[in-house]
Amino acid sequence: MASSQKSPATAAGPNVEEAARGSGGPRRLAERWRTLPMLPRHLIAACAAMIAVIALTSITDPGANLRLASIGFYMLAIAGLGILIGFSGQVSLGHGAFMFIGAYSTALFVIHMPMLPLWLNLALAVVISCLAGLIIGVVCARLHGPYLAGATLALAVAMPALANRFSDFLGGPNGLSFVMRGTPPALSDMVSNTQWQAWVVWLTVLIVLVFLANLSHGRLGRQMRAVRDDETAAALSGIRVARVKVTAFVVSAGCGGLAGALQAYLLKTATPSTFAVALSLSLLAVLVLGGLGSLWGALWGAIAMVYVEEWGDSLAHALTLDTNVANNLPHVLYGVLLIALVLTWPSGVQGILRQLGNALRSRGHSGNGTTSVPSTQQGK
Amino acid sequence: MDYFTNLTLNGVAEGAIYAALALSLIIIYQATRVVNFAQPALALIAAYIALTVTTASGSYWLGFAAALVSGLLMGSVTERLLIRPVQKTSQLSAIIITLGLLLLLQGVAGMIWSNEPHSFSYPMDFEGRFSPADIFGVAAVLGTAMLLFALYRWTPLGLRMRAAAAHPEMARMLGVRVGLMLTLGWGIATVVGALAGMLAAPPFVYPNVLDSVFVYGLAAAVIGGLDNPFGSLLGGFILGISLSFVSGYLGPELMPLAALIILILVLSVRPDGLFTRPKARKV
Amino acid sequence: MHRPRAMSAAAAAAAAAILLSSCSGAGEVEDNGTADLDVSTGVTDDSVVIGTHMPLTGPAAPGYSQIPAGAGAVFEYINDNGGVHGREIDYRVEDDVYQPDNTVEVTQDLVHDDEIFAMVGGLGTPTHSKVLDFLDQEGVPDLFVSSGALMWNQPDEYPLTYGYQVDYTREAKIQGEYIAENFPDADVGYLHQSDDVGEDSQAGLDQYLEDQVVEVQSYDSGQDSISAQVEALADAEADVVVCSCVPNYSAMMLLESAGIGYDPQFVVSSIGADTVTLSGLLEQFAEEAGSDAPADAMLDGMISTGYLPRVNQEDDPWISFFREIYDDYVEEDVPFSNTTIYGMVQAVKFAQVLENAGEDLTRQALIDALDEDDYPGPGLVPFTTASDNHAGYTGTYVSRYSEGGDVEVLQEVRVTDNEDGPIEEFDLERPGPDEIAPFSDLG
Repeated sequence: MASSQKSPATAAGPNVEEAARGSGGPRRLAERWRTLPMLPRHLIAACAAMIAVIALTSITDPGANLRLASIGFYMLAIAGLGILIGFSGQVSLGHGAFMFIGAYSTALFVIHMPMLPLWLNLALAVVISCLAGLIIGVVCARLHGPYLAGATLALAVAMPALANRFSDFLGGPNGLSFVMRGTPPALSDMVSNTQWQAWVVWLTVLIVLVFLANLSHGRLGRQMRAVRDDETAAALSGIRVARVKVTAFVVSAGCGGLAGALQAYLLKTATPSTFAVALSLSLLAVLVLGGLGSLWGALWGAIAMVYVEEWGDSLAHALTLDTNVANNLPHVLYGVLLIALVLTWPSGVQGILRQLGNALRSRGHSGNGTTSVPSTQQGK
Repeated sequence: MDYFTNLTLNGVAEGAIYAALALSLIIIYQATRVVNFAQPALALIAAYIALTVTTASGSYWLGFAAALVSGLLMGSVTERLLIRPVQKTSQLSAIIITLGLLLLLQGVAGMIWSNEPHSFSYPMDFEGRFSPADIFGVAAVLGTAMLLFALYRWTPLGLRMRAAAAHPEMARMLGVRVGLMLTLGWGIATVVGALAGMLAAPPFVYPNVLDSVFVYGLAAAVIGGLDNPFGSLLGGFILGISLSFVSGYLGPELMPLAALIILILVLSVRPDGLFTRPKARKV
Repeated sequence: MHRPRAMSAAAAAAAAAILLSSCSGAGEVEDNGTADLDVSTGVTDDSVVIGTHMPLTGPAAPGYSQIPAGAGAVFEYINDNGGVHGREIDYRVEDDVYQPDNTVEVTQDLVHDDEIFAMVGGLGTPTHSKVLDFLDQEGVPDLFVSSGALMWNQPDEYPLTYGYQVDYTREAKIQGEYIAENFPDADVGYLHQSDDVGEDSQAGLDQYLEDQVVEVQSYDSGQDSISAQVEALADAEADVVVCSCVPNYSAMMLLESAGIGYDPQFVVSSIGADTVTLSGLLEQFAEEAGSDAPADAMLDGMISTGYLPRVNQEDDPWISFFREIYDDYVEEDVPFSNTTIYGMVQAVKFAQVLENAGEDLTRQALIDALDEDDYPGPGLVPFTTASDNHAGYTGTYVSRYSEGGDVEVLQEVRVTDNEDGPIEEFDLERPGPDEIAPFSDLG
């Protein structure tokens, strides 16, 4: 766990590599990179990621663009959950509830106030989700272990029921559908709708990720980790434990809400069945699968979320199987993957990569291993 | 008035099922500090096995026995093969393992028995108010809770199991086979889960049939407190009856919301559940 | 360090562009024209790819898997007999778990990756409604949606989307009229699914039964018990219960009622009245309940509405035709049920249209073919795919099931609209499989 404290710095990883490849002298550049203040470092990394996204969308088809965008908002949701669990130690099973709140806020704003610009719409969704997070956080701050799990699970179940109850306003089981502006007309010859959507999603996601990366390195991050490791000791050293926990909840809820809002933007719908308990449980599962305590982990988790079942599906189609077996194969594979990975690598995909990276580095130039940046993996 | 009585009786019958699931969850929690999310899937497989055995043999009770035995086996194997290896790393790993197992087993159930519903018998005649089937359910759950209480409180085996869970190091020094005791705890818990599955599955069984029962079961366990079997028993009945009233007087669509509100109300007054003895909390 | 700086400048510029352009209202959209339909996407000389989305796994899957099994069997039969205009039909079924986000995803895959020529029989209102706009923009014909919602019949807004089954309001109007005429003094209760099924059904029923209704109950799809609802209907002492539910819940209703000794006249909509499926679900309980009666004792006397021929009409030419296909092409664990037939009829309809669209297959040709004919065939009620009316089936008959499998038609086919128009009798000409192309030329 100790290593996880540093890990968000891995967001900087690829740029070290890119820079190094470009002009030689990897060691010197890497050192200069580390001496940069945190904010510009994260900003540059985010810009690089944005460029990567734009480059990727220029060579992929619309279906892949949609998936790429889905990876974006899931990554945000998972990263938010990671703040809550990885940094403050509160295991929430109700993260899907905040996605629900974000998605429905966006849907309602688009339907009832179509003149609101997208950025304001998203911002409002974040504010509403944060408020919800504040309330839930205050209620849950005293709870621990299974009690917190039970309460948040009930929350995840209750939210979709809310939509069914107030069907006039929230659309009932069919949910809300709406239309949203796509590519601006001026660009519509060059940029397809799905490309544009992927860009908007990723831009928003990256802005928030920079915020998260800074936050987890800053004072609040340190306080959260202190609370996670030992509440009593944290309290003794003057940290207001309850407040830190609630703050973690608020941040996490804001991320979840924004993820939901982006999903609504992407799919132009908000439907209760999307936010069933299975979503909350999957978010938790892929968070650990990807690797707790690192933004990279959230990325691997998001990729798993979007692609594992898809791969399972293709596999099922490729093999000639009994219908029942083929239909259920993706779920079974997902389950097996989760179990196998946690049994062999409890630190998740990011743990594997970090170890690989360290092994490579220590073999390559053994003198440089002590303060190394953990990851050498290219993000996308 | 009559309507009120009917709702109460429905609530008691439903509450027994929540209580059984709650019991199975807290036994595992007490033994290994893990919330077992695979519980509904384990119970589901047990119910399907019962279905297969009943169909082949023509005897409901043979199927019932098969479900309980398979519960014992599945629970023990799960603990030994999947939970033990991650026990030392972190609680979260164990939770994720059980989530993975949930996906895996529900998928496997769909593969073997298809995702279509199969009709699934009640243990006894289900006709009439508080029918023999309902009475059997409540009695079976109460009886199981009594047995468990007796087992843990008064038998040497129960003492060893409690010791293994609470003070593993000391228990080991005193010659208790701690690992075996934990495995046994999972086995027993899954037998109780299988019982819950047998009671909750009728009239139809399909891979997701126990999902919502599981949520209410966990809620019942939390409401009652994770300290003792009677807590979850009472938690189950309280939740079952309250939800029956909500559903009967205010509308069935409000059940999940009502469960959340009840949970929040209880936990904001007593963060460790209704029937947990107040004590200094371990972190 | 220059590289990262230059990159970040570029990215910042892109970001600024996005931010600036996102300043106009997010919900304000202008219509941007229609797609080109003179294309043959998914069509080769010897094949045509079509796709659909269905819940194959997850809580909503039970009951639906028979539909693609039935449709797939008919397509296989056609392919084994040379296809339509020499083209084999490549039918791709995607699992959307009945979750709209998945529906959007798999539909995008079908359209972009599989490059389907048309969507045929996409299932579900909450799911399919989320891809209407997309299919319209992409110019993908969207035929015979597997749902009775009213929204599939909006030719002006969605010119490429066509309904299939009789819509919930039409069906409910005919039920309502029948009950008002035949049970004029009865107290009536409704039990329906709490989505558009319930809403649209109630709109139809209320036109005729407003004064007789004593209780309205609904359930959420996915709920595992409806005892509270049945309890409430019994408490209100409804003599007739109209059930607009899917089979799982009709069966549960029959069971719960038997459980508490409540025995009203049940009137069940076509979506939940497949007696084969129901008696399969109830099989175990007739025995358990201690009565010696066979499984379908509980179904005895159930009144239902329908628009397709039923499995037990053995002398019907279409049913014997479907029976043959079933025997040859359907996996053993799928029963020959009215739900299977639902899928089979859907496939037959599509094959008819495909045949009429001619050798030179384009999307426009398909749409034109739809407009040209009413496609009489397996169904017992009139079917419409006119350019100004995409309704699909437009009426129902009323029948009563009695123990042993006999079905008595209580009221012959009547048709109506889904507003407040009159209900009228209708005489339908119904050619058999050997009289309509492409089936007359096959096998």
